[in-house]
Amino acid sequence: MTEQKTQGRTIGQLIWRRFLKNKLGVIGGVVIALFFLVTVVAPFLATMDIVEQSAQHILAPPQKIHFQDEDGKWTRPFVYNLTKHRDRDTLRLSYTEDRSQKFYVRMFVKEFEYRILWVLPGRIHLFGVDEGCRWNLLGTDPFGRDLYSRILMGSQVSLSVPLVGVSLSIFFGTVIGVISGYFGGRVDYYIQRCLEIMMSFPSLPLWLALAAAVPITLPSAYRYLLIVMILSLIDWAGLARVVRGKVLQYRDEDFVLAAQMSGCGLGRIILKHLVPGTLSHLIVCATLAIPGMILGESALSFLGIGITPPLTSWGLLLKDAHKLEVLVHHQWITIPGFLIIVVVLCFNFLGDGLRNAADPYS
Amino acid sequence: MVTFVIRRLLGMIPTFLIVSFIVFFIIQLPPSNWIERHIENLALEKGGMFSSESHRSLVHELTERYHLDRPYMVQYGTWILNFLRGDMGESFEYRKEVSGLLAKRVPYSIMISLLSLIFVYAVGIPIGVYSALNQNTLGDYIATIAGFIGLSIPNFFLALILMVFGLYVLDIPVGGLFSPEYEDAPWSFSKFADFLQHVWIAVLVIGTSGTAGVIRVVRGNLLDVLGEPYITALRAKGLPEKTVTFKHAFRIAINPVVTGIGMWLPSLIAGETIVSIVMNIPTAGPLLFGALKSEDIYLSGSILMVLCIFLLIGNLLADIALAWVDPRIRYD
Repeated sequence: MTEQKTQGRTIGQLIWRRFLKNKLGVIGGVVIALFFLVTVVAPFLATMDIVEQSAQHILAPPQKIHFQDEDGKWTRPFVYNLTKHRDRDTLRLSYTEDRSQKFYVRMFVKEFEYRILWVLPGRIHLFGVDEGCRWNLLGTDPFGRDLYSRILMGSQVSLSVPLVGVSLSIFFGTVIGVISGYFGGRVDYYIQRCLEIMMSFPSLPLWLALAAAVPITLPSAYRYLLIVMILSLIDWAGLARVVRGKVLQYRDEDFVLAAQMSGCGLGRIILKHLVPGTLSHLIVCATLAIPGMILGESALSFLGIGITPPLTSWGLLLKDAHKLEVLVHHQWITIPGFLIIVVVLCFNFLGDGLRNAADPYS
Repeated sequence: MVTFVIRRLLGMIPTFLIVSFIVFFIIQLPPSNWIERHIENLALEKGGMFSSESHRSLVHELTERYHLDRPYMVQYGTWILNFLRGDMGESFEYRKEVSGLLAKRVPYSIMISLLSLIFVYAVGIPIGVYSALNQNTLGDYIATIAGFIGLSIPNFFLALILMVFGLYVLDIPVGGLFSPEYEDAPWSFSKFADFLQHVWIAVLVIGTSGTAGVIRVVRGNLLDVLGEPYITALRAKGLPEKTVTFKHAFRIAINPVVTGIGMWLPSLIAGETIVSIVMNIPTAGPLLFGALKSEDIYLSGSILMVLCIFLLIGNLLADIALAWVDPRIRYD
């Protein structure tokens, strides 16, 4: 019965069916897809330019959206402007709503210019408020910059770093793994020893050392690239081992021999016959490697040696929370931390689901 | 067994050399010449009182000590030979010998890492066993999801939250290692209690991520072992379930957790480093971070080396422990 069922399906279909049974994995995958969608259109969703500072809104709390006016009547959603006060004794800032004027929330407002994925230009933003009001949906940071917009734009860095990093890891891991597994012998022995050494390095101290070596004056974009490279530097060793194990297993199989007999070149054998066999395990390992990269990037940025302004990332946003007294009185600045937890958790669920599904015959 | 340990020790020598070379390479990466900058700073501090003569003698002294005018490999050789002799060079920022600075701080790093390791095992193994014995029950699901969440919280973020919790809710001091009155006191039980009161947050934070891994490995392995035919045979023989589980299955299932020490240690050290930086605990972590930022290369290099050596020894002990626990492993 099961014999018949499995017939006529590719391994990919089997893996997919098995994966769909893992509810946590599917939920994780869906949430991650949503996050990436938001990331791509982030500037469209943002309400303010992320570099726009305001001395009048230093560490302002999230502005409430009102649905009822003073008389309790339901109206269109609106917000009030905030006025800043400083307590004479404690010198602490507090904000009160200025109830004299209502600013209605509007859809598709024209605001600052942006480009989606570097090409698609636009000025329309999903929502905003009437002119004359600064609306900080999730509060502001110590420079009075809008946290909601910064979180959105920061997600572009926080979520692209692991993707680019893992792509690099996959590339190097596959190349080295295939070489090690296919040629075997002495080459394999030395590569394996090197990988063992790389994997025995304490990752974070090494990242710290490398990131600190990157000049802080370097333009943000170059620094971003170097940070990605640093993060994937240790990571690919694990992937190389997985690939090597699989290649070693397939190398002496009949189908490879057949390919050799029929005159396939080395490149073709490796790309067409060996790499596809390792693909499912590679994808699983890559997915499970992503959380480590997100956490690594956020830790480096939090310490101030990762991503540098004008770019921002969730870890960099959390840097403001390092002062405990700031954190205690302005809890909204910890929102990026919870987003990191959600994304990493979902990647872990997804990776776990894929791992369980990757071997459909077991 | 003795030959096994000796072979393993000999195998560590090339690893040590390569690791030390990588460390040396990394600390030399920053483009600016630290020695020139250091001397410039000195001159500025003294308000130009430094005569050019004493300047030159200082440059000369430093050049002599670290062989700065010699080729790269000679510099490396000098550095690593001195390191092995216990001469780790001088920290320029602290104006002290590196070995003295490390002697004060590294023991605390190791203590906190080991406490975290104990925490990871003490929490992870029982929960893993429970999850395996109660597979697919509510408790199992809760343990799994809790483990996943522990794995997903950035260490520094959890540390921040627990610090706020400790400071504002429990009203206890956070950060540092001791209360002022115990700072210079000799070790006693109450000093240790004070130490624990200060580091529990760090231990908890460093431990959470590792615990999830241990839970999953113990659970998976115990389930695998419990499905083996020899377990069925033992049950058929009429052995009580407790004996089957703990005497026969558990001991086999625990092996990968023991070898895993080699795998957990890097993450513990990583966790210790960042948590100590965030909580300002005077261990090797903040010292390393500061040294890296100020390009105090003999200090940062030595700390990196010490951490790597700590890992190498950890791996060695794990291998020996495994050979001891599992008689199937051959010594030759």
